[in-house]
Amino acid sequence: MAGPQGPRHRHRPRAAPGTVVLVALATLGVAVLVLPLIALLLATPWQALPALLADPAVLQALRLSLLTATCATLVGLVVGVPLAWLLARDDLPGTWLLRSLVTVPLVLPPVVGGVALLLLLGRRGLLGGTLDAWFGVTVPFTSVAVVLAQVFVSLPFLVLSVEGALRGADRRRALAAQTLGASPGYVLRRVTLPAVAPGVAAGAALCFTRALGEFGATVTFAGNFPGTTRTMPLAVYLAMDSAPEQAVAMSVLLLVLSVAVLVALRGRWVGGLPGAPTARTARAARRAS
Amino acid sequence: MTRRARRLPLVVPVTAALASALLALVGCVPAAPAVPPASEGRRSTDSPGALTGTLVVLAAASLTDVVTDLVGTFEAEHPGLTVQTGFAASSTLAGQVVAGAPADVLITASDATMTTVTDAVGGAPVVVATNRLQLAVPAGNPGGVTSLDALADPDLTVALCAPDVPCGVLAAQVLEQAGVVATPDTLEQDVRAVLTRLTLDEVDVGLVYRTDVIGAGDAVEGLDLPDDARATTDHPALALPGAAHPDAAAAFVALLRGPVGRQAFADAGFGAP
Repeated sequence: MAGPQGPRHRHRPRAAPGTVVLVALATLGVAVLVLPLIALLLATPWQALPALLADPAVLQALRLSLLTATCATLVGLVVGVPLAWLLARDDLPGTWLLRSLVTVPLVLPPVVGGVALLLLLGRRGLLGGTLDAWFGVTVPFTSVAVVLAQVFVSLPFLVLSVEGALRGADRRRALAAQTLGASPGYVLRRVTLPAVAPGVAAGAALCFTRALGEFGATVTFAGNFPGTTRTMPLAVYLAMDSAPEQAVAMSVLLLVLSVAVLVALRGRWVGGLPGAPTARTARAARRAS
Repeated sequence: MTRRARRLPLVVPVTAALASALLALVGCVPAAPAVPPASEGRRSTDSPGALTGTLVVLAAASLTDVVTDLVGTFEAEHPGLTVQTGFAASSTLAGQVVAGAPADVLITASDATMTTVTDAVGGAPVVVATNRLQLAVPAGNPGGVTSLDALADPDLTVALCAPDVPCGVLAAQVLEQAGVVATPDTLEQDVRAVLTRLTLDEVDVGLVYRTDVIGAGDAVEGLDLPDDARATTDHPALALPGAAHPDAAAAFVALLRGPVGRQAFADAGFGAP
């Protein structure tokens, strides 16, 4: 006991001022994140809130947001889980490149994603021109465009969460199933996915929340029309110019929805991100030591 | 334990770096504010005769080019004066001014927006220019648009301004008067966004200001609305009461109203007040 405590004790006088500064800076960091939300809650007209939110225009935007974000999450699950499974395999060449590509939307300004989608699927876009000429289909200004914009920005959250969970999973069972003759698809469906279900759920919830908050790509690519493309964030932005109280009310609703998802996940989401140890790997590490 | 002990001294340089970065950041804040500051200008007093200091001019986004030109002229006439401009949606600027944002001159895209400001802070605005809505189509008119009725054609892709912003209010007024029930595919946040949809050829037709069509060059073609369509809007300018530089603010509004201003507005496609 004396051994390990000795050096720490010697360093304590030098460490203390630094620690104080670090804590102060960290507090400042928390303030930057939390104070704006407190300001929002203080400015909220709580009495009028039900009336403000019961406005048909708000309900319409809310319904569209929930619907498109759900679709984006389903699309994300269908293509994102297999993508995560590919990334989690170390025996494939070039997964590092694939992972970089998957990460791009995380660091890209969403409005740039919207411009890129427009250049791909707009009426004069790379694919959009053909779609328009051959099938008379134009993607912008439709709810499909909203979902695509949401998928573009939210898919990385799901993929990286699921990949983290897959990497943390115990692979011996999958290997055992494989040696017993199960196909890769069967192993993924019946062995691996059930084991990483919490990670998939966390990824899906993150994906949903990010899709719910999508603004830049949506307004650039999909347009802004009530009922088809005006999601909650677009409605908030528009309302700031004409009915600020309503904008505040809608903001609070979005905040509550987003926080509710995080609370439901209870911190599990942090564990799903790459680099951070998942609860499962932490347990495995404890067992191993 | 030993690892932690070895790391602790690092805390000091890391903290110093963090703190200096943070201080630099905090020091930066006045340099890049959301609202153009006039605090520096406020501190300097206007000496009689020569105009000095920093004049803050807020103007509707649709006036960006012409006001920028006129500010250049104004600064050349008054070497001691610096003009800071801020361009945004009229309603956004009006909200900022009412909330106390420091500004000397405000120019909006509609009388209604200006009224929200004069109701709050007083003052007597003067109209410096007018603008007209036009039917606008991408180059070549792919939708074959000939009249306002095109806005009601479900087969055409139509972009309008949202009814929450001045160009949308004007569009709604024109459509109602013409008895056209439009079928827009998107209601944009401002007139420039409608113009962008047109220049990118993503929509077949939209309603934008005549000046926007001229500014867009060859990418967009404009079709005049019937003369009896109530499609004009005023651009009132206001030297804000309580401005830091009342003399400079009055001089700038006088420039907007004078021959130089009129010529600049006319060149950009605006109508006379």
